[in-house]
Amino acid sequence: MSVTAARVEPSIAGVGDYLELMKPRVMSLAVFTALVGLLIAPTHLHPVIAFTALICIAVGAGAAGALNMWYDADIDARMERTAARPVPAGRVAPGEALAFGVTLAVGAVVVLGLLVNVIAAALLAVSIGFYVFVYTMWLKRLTPQNIVIGGAAGALPPMIGWAAATGSIAIEPALLFLIIFFWTPPHFWALSLFRSEDYARAGIPMLPVVAGEAATRRQILVYALVLAPLGAAPWFLGYAGAVYGIVAVISGAAIVALAFRLRAEANGHSASKQMFAFSILYLFLLFAMLLVDRVSTVLIGRFAA
Amino acid sequence: MMTDAVMDEKKAPPSPSPRAGENGEGEGVRLTEQQLRARRARSIAIAVALGVLVVLFYIVTLVKGPGVLVRPL
Repeated sequence: MSVTAARVEPSIAGVGDYLELMKPRVMSLAVFTALVGLLIAPTHLHPVIAFTALICIAVGAGAAGALNMWYDADIDARMERTAARPVPAGRVAPGEALAFGVTLAVGAVVVLGLLVNVIAAALLAVSIGFYVFVYTMWLKRLTPQNIVIGGAAGALPPMIGWAAATGSIAIEPALLFLIIFFWTPPHFWALSLFRSEDYARAGIPMLPVVAGEAATRRQILVYALVLAPLGAAPWFLGYAGAVYGIVAVISGAAIVALAFRLRAEANGHSASKQMFAFSILYLFLLFAMLLVDRVSTVLIGRFAA
Repeated sequence: MMTDAVMDEKKAPPSPSPRAGENGEGEGVRLTEQQLRARRARSIAIAVALGVLVVLFYIVTLVKGPGVLVRPL
């Protein structure tokens, strides 16, 4: 059998293209939520170790993003929102994206295991594996519940942060996991409502494409009704203070009100765009308030001592 | 022969890139300016990343001391 090696053109990919493969916006959300998980843990972690953990989580999240872009290059090319990504645009070869993603994933997990702890590394490996194998390769093209189940991968960073600090898992980070898990469907379904044509063109069975807009709006409302009390749970379970509680209750009421408005909207997508934008603010507010709560408790404790 | 020349042309790989050796002559792939710039930028980024990794391991070793080998489950 004769084997003819395919000629590969030398790469024109720049550093920026590789950074883009890492989905910096998704990565920043993972790092932020991991930081909160790390800082609210009841133990003190040396800043260098904490920094190392966050770098590994960032790189791990970026690796998952790169592997997602490698696998999904065909559908990315058909969607307006993603057609300019490095692989479908031809700036990075699929093999390069795969090698980049695998290298980063293995590197992030190994370094986290060696320099921080094995529990955090195992959780990071689960998070990357879940995102790549379960969400990207299996569920995304199969079911409209893709982002519901796949959302577990994006919900793990606070647990990884907590595990990096304590070497264990507890109820508090599990609660943060649940908040992100139930936040993911209304967030992505709001996006898919005003991008449904894009998803349909790519053949992705997002809920509005498969079940229609009305069903999607109803599902968003259901998830918002679960999310709002869950968002306030750290307060009424005693894990966070009154300031967090007030912000969680008000912003939870706002997201439910927006979901009702979205449910009532007959035509157009202004409510879905508002829901998408506000859902980002909502999650940021909750986690930022947890951070403020923790820092203020520490500072008050120091002044009182 | 004219026919042989045409046949040879047909056997040749399609639209080959310019080839050059180390001195820009002979065999080898000659990179365009854009490819050279991109490769240089990637090389620098890889070097920086490896440097950061080495420094990180060094600092963590200092911070943890002998405990660097203790990895609690």
